[in-house]
Amino acid sequence: MSAATGLIRGSRRKPGFLAAMLHRLSGVALALFLPMHFIVLGLALGGAKDLDAFLQLTRAWPVRIAEWGLVTSLALHMALGLRILAIEFLSFRAKTASVVSVCCASAAAVGLLFLLGGA
Amino acid sequence: MTAETSKPGVAAAAEALTVRVWRGAESGAFQSFQIRLRANQTVLDVVTEIQREQDATLSYRFACRVGMCGSCAMVVNGRPRWTCRTRAAAVAEADVLTLEPLRNLPIVKDLAVDMEPFFEKWRKAHGYFEPGEDAAKDFALVSPDEPGRREADAGVECINCGVCYSACDVVSWNPDYLGPAALNRAWTLVNDVRDQGQDARLDAVSGDAGCHSCHSHMSCTEFCPKTLGPTFAIAGLKRATIGRALRRKG
Repeated sequence: MSAATGLIRGSRRKPGFLAAMLHRLSGVALALFLPMHFIVLGLALGGAKDLDAFLQLTRAWPVRIAEWGLVTSLALHMALGLRILAIEFLSFRAKTASVVSVCCASAAAVGLLFLLGGA
Repeated sequence: MTAETSKPGVAAAAEALTVRVWRGAESGAFQSFQIRLRANQTVLDVVTEIQREQDATLSYRFACRVGMCGSCAMVVNGRPRWTCRTRAAAVAEADVLTLEPLRNLPIVKDLAVDMEPFFEKWRKAHGYFEPGEDAAKDFALVSPDEPGRREADAGVECINCGVCYSACDVVSWNPDYLGPAALNRAWTLVNDVRDQGQDARLDAVSGDAGCHSCHSHMSCTEFCPKTLGPTFAIAGLKRATIGRALRRKG
C-alpha cells in the first residue's frame, strides 16, 4: 500500500479541479466537432444537393441532442474560460464553488434557450 | 484564524477518536490508534499524545506549535493542513482522523517528509534577494501604497509549510514544476524595487516547469493556511514574463 492513494484525492475533490476538467473536456468536444463542421461547410462547395442531403440528417433526434450538447459545451467552455481570464488578468477572487456554479448554470441556461428556440 | 478552527461546537467533543496514521515510507500501511478526544485539542496534540503515550517510534515534525514555523503540515482526512492550528473535533469525520504525510514530497518515515525538493525549487525560482554587484548607496524609499509593494505584501507572509505544494495537481503531474510557494516567493521579489536579479528570475520562472504550467486549479489558494493567493502571484508572473517577451520583440 502506498500513501496518498485514492481514486480522487481529497485535494482534487475541489470545484477548481472540477472546473478545469469541465473546461478541458468541453474543449476536447469542441475540437472534435470543428473538423466535422468544416467538412459540412465544404459540402456546400460541391453543390446544394450534397449539403441538403446532410442537412436532412441534422433533423434526426440523435443529431439534435448532439447539437444541444455541443451548444452547452461551447457555453460552458466560454464561461469557464472567462473565469480563468478574470483570475489571471483581474485577480478576481471569489468563492470558487460559487463562481463555478454560476458558470455551469449559465451554460445550462444557454442550452435551455437553444432547446426553447426550436433546436 | 482559519474557518475550521472557529467552527462552532468544537468544545463539545466526543469521547473517543480513532486515528489512522500512515506508518512506513513510500510503501507502508495505516495503523489505528484510539485516543480520548479532548475539547479544543489540535491535530498536532493528537499526534503528540499518540507518540508520547502509545508508540514512541511514530515520526512527525513540529516546532513552534502556534502557526509560525510551517513544520507540522500533514494531510488530514484527505486535505493538507497545518496541524497545530487545526482542531481535531472540527475536522474528524465520524470520529475518525486519517493522517498522512504531505503529498508530492519523498516520505522519510511515517508523517515526516523530506522538504529538500521543496526548498530546492525556491532556489531554482530565484526565490532569494539579489542585491546586485554594487551595494545600495542609500535606503530605498518604498511607500506602502505603491502597487508593487502591495503585491509583495500579499504574498510575503508565506511560512513555507508546503501545504500548497502538497495540494498542487500540477506538481503531482510534473515533478519538475516549481510549485506555488516558490513562484509566490519569486513574485514578491519581482515586485521588490531593490532587487537587481529580475531578468534571471523571470527566465527561471518562465521555463517548461515554471509559471506557465499552472492550470489555475486554485488548490494552493484554497488550502493555504495563511490565506495567501499563490494563484494570483503565478498569474502576475505570467503577465510579467509575457510583458517582457513582448517588450523584447518590440
